[in-house]
Amino acid sequence: MKSLAELEQLRNKTLARVNLRKEDDSNIRVVVGMATCGIAAGARPVMKALMDEIEKRNISNCFVTQTGCIGVCRLEPIVEVYIPGSEKITYVKMDAEKAVKIVNETIVNGKVINEYTIGAAENN
Amino acid sequence: MELARGHVLVCGGTGCTSSGSAKIIEEFENCLKDKGLENEIKVVQTGCFGLCALGPIVIVYPEGAFYSMVKPEDVSEIVEEHLLKGRIVKRLLYQETVVDEDNVKSLNEVDFYKKQQRIALVNCGVINPESIDEYIAFGGYTALGKVLTEMKPQEVIDEIKESGLRGRGGGGFPTGLKWQFTANSQGDKKYVACNADEGDPGAFMDRSILEGDPHSLIEAMAIAAYAVGADQGYVYIRAEYPIAVNRLRIAIDQAKEYGLLGENIFESGFNFDLDIRLGAGAFVCGEETALMTSIEGHRGEPRPRPPFPAVKGLFGKPTLLNNVETYANITAIINNGAEWFKQIGTEKSKGTKVFAVGGKIKNTGLVEIPMGTTLREIVYEIGGGIPNGKKFKAAQTGGPSGGCIPADLIDTPIDYDSLISIGSMMGSGGLIVMDEDTCMVDIAKFFLEFTVDESCGKCAPCRIGTKRLLEILEKITSGKGTLEDIDKLEELCYSIKNAALCGLGQTAPNPILSTLRYFRDEYIAHVVDKKCPAGVCKALLSYVIDPDKCKGCSLCAKKCPVGAIEGVVKNPFTIDTNKCIKCGVCMESCKFGAISKK
Ligand SMILES: Cc1cc2nc3c(=O)[nH]c(=O)nc-3n(C[C@H](O)[C@H](O)[C@H](O)COP(=O)(O)O)c2cc1C
Ligand code: SF4
Ligand code: SF4
Ligand code: SF4
Ligand code: FES
Repeated sequence: MKSLAELEQLRNKTLARVNLRKEDDSNIRVVVGMATCGIAAGARPVMKALMDEIEKRNISNCFVTQTGCIGVCRLEPIVEVYIPGSEKITYVKMDAEKAVKIVNETIVNGKVINEYTIGAAENN
Repeated sequence: MELARGHVLVCGGTGCTSSGSAKIIEEFENCLKDKGLENEIKVVQTGCFGLCALGPIVIVYPEGAFYSMVKPEDVSEIVEEHLLKGRIVKRLLYQETVVDEDNVKSLNEVDFYKKQQRIALVNCGVINPESIDEYIAFGGYTALGKVLTEMKPQEVIDEIKESGLRGRGGGGFPTGLKWQFTANSQGDKKYVACNADEGDPGAFMDRSILEGDPHSLIEAMAIAAYAVGADQGYVYIRAEYPIAVNRLRIAIDQAKEYGLLGENIFESGFNFDLDIRLGAGAFVCGEETALMTSIEGHRGEPRPRPPFPAVKGLFGKPTLLNNVETYANITAIINNGAEWFKQIGTEKSKGTKVFAVGGKIKNTGLVEIPMGTTLREIVYEIGGGIPNGKKFKAAQTGGPSGGCIPADLIDTPIDYDSLISIGSMMGSGGLIVMDEDTCMVDIAKFFLEFTVDESCGKCAPCRIGTKRLLEILEKITSGKGTLEDIDKLEELCYSIKNAALCGLGQTAPNPILSTLRYFRDEYIAHVVDKKCPAGVCKALLSYVIDPDKCKGCSLCAKKCPVGAIEGVVKNPFTIDTNKCIKCGVCMESCKFGAISKK
C-alpha cells in the first residue's frame, strides 16, 4: 500500500459490491416484479441486464431487488425505480435492451424515459 | 468479488457454528445453484450478530430480513420464496421484527439492538472477516493511512489520551497514558502486544471480535506500534479458539500481501510485523507479566511489578500490552476524533463496553452498550428479561475476579467506577444473570473452584489460601459450617487480597466478599438453620411428601433409583431421608405436586 489514494481506489472498487448491506437511505432502489407472472413474461433477463450494466459502470449508489406480483400482470415485466427524494417511476413491458437504457438514463442521469412508463402504456 | 443483487449473511460466530451454521451455508450454496442464482446472490459468512440464543442466524440484504433459528430444511424455502420471488418468509423471521402482515421493522428498532451502540463490534456480523476487500470497503485501514501520512506519533497518543479510552481487559487503566509511558521509555527495540487470552468462564467478547473483524485489531496494533515506536507485534491467543486463530491468520496474510503489514507502509518509512503466539489456555496467562513470559517461550508465571511492561516487557524491552476490545476502539477514535468518542458514556468511563450476557436470561449473547447504561436496561430491555417468570436475584460481572450486583442495585449505571464502588468490577465483560433459584454461596464456591484450579502455585497466599477458602465454602454448603467459619472466611479473604503476588490471587476472594456483603443472610441460613434458601445445596435439602396432597399412586416409589420411598397404595407415601440421595426424580414424577424440597 503506497498512498491514501491507492486505498481509496481499492475502497471504491469494492464499495458497489457491499453497499446493499448498509442501511443508507440515499441509495437508489430498483425493484423488479418477480412473481410467477413476471418470470413468465421475462423478468429474469431484465434483472440480469440491469445487474450487468450496473456492474459494468461500477455504480455504487444503487441496488436491485425483486418483489412479488405488482398487480398489473399484463404489463409485466415491471421495473420500479425509487430515487430518494423523487416520486417512484414505474417502467413496464421491459426487456433487456430497455433495462440497459434505464440504467444509463434514469439511474446515472436521473432522467425519466417517458415512453416506457406505466403512464405512457396506459394511455395507448 | 462479483456484483450481486442480494447478500445472504450467515453467522459464523462460535454460537451459531455450534448450532450448525456451516450446514446452512452449504444448503444455501446448493439451493442457489439449483435455481441458477449463484451469480446473483452471494453467500457471506460473518462473525457474531449478538443474538446467539436464536442461532443459527441469517440476514438477507438489501431487505435486511433477519431469519432466526434457521434449519437446513428451511433454506430451500428462503431461496425459492425470498431470493427468487421476492417474498420474505415471515414464518422464519425473528418475530420481534415482524410488525404485521406486510411490514417488518429494521433491526435497529428491535429491543435487543435499540439500546446498543456498536463501535468495537461495528463490523461484526456485517462483513466477511476473511475478506480484506470488504473490510476496506467499510472504511478499513483509512485510520492507519491517516496516522502514517498525516500525524506524528505524539499526536496519535494525544488523541487517544483525549478520548478518555480506558483498558477493556479488566483494569480500566487509561490507554493513552499507557501508550505515553511506552513511548517515553528508552529502548533500541520496542514491542506491542495484544491480550486475547480471554479465559473467564462465559466470556467470548474478544474471541467474537477476532472472529468477526480481525483486521480491526491488525490496523489498531499497527497504529499503536507507530505511536510508541515499535516495529514488531504479538497477538497472544488461546489455541482452543481455532476459528479466531484461523481468521486472524488469514487476515495477517492478506494485510501482508496488500503491504499493510511489512516494510515502508504507506511509503512512510514505518515498518511493522505481526505474529501470533498460541497460549495453552491457563487463566493466569492472561495476567500481563505471565503472558509475556509465555510469549518468550517460558512457563507462564507472573512476576512482581514494577518494573511494568512499558519499561521492561517482552525480552526485557519496553512493551505496550492492550486487550483486544481496547484495540477495537482505536480506529473509530482516529477516524471520528476524540471529541466524538468523549460524548459517549459517563464522565470517567468513555465509549462503550461489550458484554457476553449469559445465565438466566432470554437473549443470551453479545451486546455492546454505551457506558452508563443500567443493569436493568441490559437485563430487561436488551436481554428480554428472565425466563419462566422467575425473579432477578443478582448479576455477576468480572467473572472470578469480580462480584455480584444484587437486585436492589439494578439501576446502577454500569461504568468502571460505579462497579468498583459496589464491590464488583467491570472485568473483561462477562455478565452472568442469576434468578431466585441461584444459591449465592454455591456461586462463590463455583468461582473459587475455578481459581483453585487456575492458581499457578507460585505464591503461598494464593496456592494455599484459595484452597482454604474453598474448603470453608464446602463445609458451609454441606451443612457443617459454623458462624465462626463465616468470620474466618472473611478474614482469610482480606489477607489473601493483600499478600498474593498477582491479580489472580489478589482478586480471587472478590466473589466471596461481594456475596457476603449482599447475601450474608444466605450464608447464615446455611450455618445456623442448616438450610439452603434457594434449594440448591443438596446436603441441606430434604424431599418430603405432603400427606394431604398424596393420592398414594405409588409412581414416585417406582421411579426412585434407591428405593427410598415406601407406602401402601391409596395411602400417603413417605420418604426415608436416610436412604434418599436427593436426585429430585420423585418430585418431577408426582402428578399431584405432593412432593417438595425444603
Ligand atoms: C488472572 C488475570 C487474568 C487476566 N486475563 C485477561 C484476559 O484474559 N484478557 C485481558 O485482556 N486481560 C486480562 N487480564 C488483565 C491484563 O493483565 C492486563 O491488565 C490487560 O490485558 C491490559 O490491557 P488493557 O489496558 O487494554 O485492558 C488478566 C489479569 C489477571 C490478573
Ligand atoms: S497469586 Fe496465584 S496465580 Fe498469582 S502468582 Fe500467586 S499463586 Fe500464581
Ligand atoms: S407420586 Fe405423588 S401422589 Fe403418587 S404416591 Fe408419590 S407422592 Fe403420592
Ligand atoms: S429425591 Fe431421588 S432418591 Fe430421594 S426419594 Fe426422591 S427419587 Fe428417591
Ligand atoms: S454466534 Fe451467531 S449470533 Fe452470536
